Amino acid sequence: MTVDVPAALTRLAVRLAGEGARVEGAQRLTGGASMETWAFAVVGPTGREELILRRRTAPFDPESSRSTSLAAEAALIRAVTACGAPAPPLVHLCDEADGLGEAHVTRRVVGETLGRKINSDPKFDAVRPALARQCGEVLAKIHATPPPAAAHLKSADAAVELARYEEVYRTSGAERPVLELALRYLRDRLPEPRPPVLVHGDFRNGNLIVDPQKGLAAVLDWEISHIGDPAEDLGWICANSWRFGRPDRPVGGFGDYADLLAGYAAAGGDPIPLERVRFWQALGSLRWGVMCLMMYSSWATGVAPSVERPMIGRRVSETEIDLINLLEAGL
Amino acid sequence: MITHPKPEELTEAVARWIEEIRPQLDLRNQFLARVAANALAAVTRELTVGDQAKAAAVQRLEPILGHGGTYEALVWELCEKLRAGEMDVETPGLLPALRANVLDQLAIDQPNYKHDRS
Repeated sequence: MTVDVPAALTRLAVRLAGEGARVEGAQRLTGGASMETWAFAVVGPTGREELILRRRTAPFDPESSRSTSLAAEAALIRAVTACGAPAPPLVHLCDEADGLGEAHVTRRVVGETLGRKINSDPKFDAVRPALARQCGEVLAKIHATPPPAAAHLKSADAAVELARYEEVYRTSGAERPVLELALRYLRDRLPEPRPPVLVHGDFRNGNLIVDPQKGLAAVLDWEISHIGDPAEDLGWICANSWRFGRPDRPVGGFGDYADLLAGYAAAGGDPIPLERVRFWQALGSLRWGVMCLMMYSSWATGVAPSVERPMIGRRVSETEIDLINLLEAGL
Repeated sequence: MITHPKPEELTEAVARWIEEIRPQLDLRNQFLARVAANALAAVTRELTVGDQAKAAAVQRLEPILGHGGTYEALVWELCEKLRAGEMDVETPGLLPALRANVLDQLAIDQPNYKHDRS
């Protein structure tokens, strides 16, 4: 079903800001293959508000099969912000009257999300050295948040995640020796279970809003949050796929392991050894490699007919060189 | 195969045209047009150096598996052995061979991807 989003936003503006309110600058932002993100402003009797609409576009999509609903995401945003973790404040959870399908509206947090800019634009030179520590602090707060019952979150530890990626890889039919090697290597080195917590699930450079004065301003994309190993979030942001041209800075291409771990412990997080983070970093590279294969498959089977999807399949080799580097160095 | 034009010249010409018209598109289509041009650039590289990379990969896999074969057959056999645990990171020569094969593939797929050994 095709939705005329700008027309629906105009109706929504009246609902949010009253009779006479109008929409300005509605624009679809790039990125997000199963979700659409729109920036727009509502101008009403009380002033102008910059907002973000997130809406699901693909009714079925293997990539999002473990996603939460946007209603669950809304519950999560409320829960984590109550515990001091920064997320864009929720303004409205859409219902049928809005005609936008599954969607929600949040306030637009000012700052940069493009990983490459955060890592290399001189504008961020002043805050960059503090970012890894801020990420650790924010993760400790997320992990301390009681999971909201309304979100119906799934549980997954390292063994469950690894088995899932293996299944997706086998189903894809691809023959990739490095992925085979990594699957076996990680299965032989599964970490001891530890008490499960609320994990963000996609905590990486690219899902962070960074302010040139304050540093980390908000964490985006809560749709694959689940209950799991806290080290998952720390490892994922260290995967080289999210270092955007700065492989020499392990945390998101902007910081060091030690700062991430120190910030985590300082904010009350149960300390995590580096080797556990490195395990999840390797599992993260494997995860992204398998997701790239999955995105190719979704194009090949006709589910997602975009030029973006098949080309993402040609990013598997990026994760393969990262895995070779990790396997050679040891965890 | 005919050479006037070669297939990699056709892909290159189309990629250049996409780059030319890209600034006139809306933001979303500018992004997709860049992806399309990147896809054509990858195809151009594969047409240019793909056969060479495949032959080199076969040469690296043969001593590890102890016999010759096509690229597809050798990769399939290696995957089977890795899955069964008959080969692993300790297998002599395996990691260097896989590294070299992946680097050749990366040079086709994403030549600007930055990675290190840490």
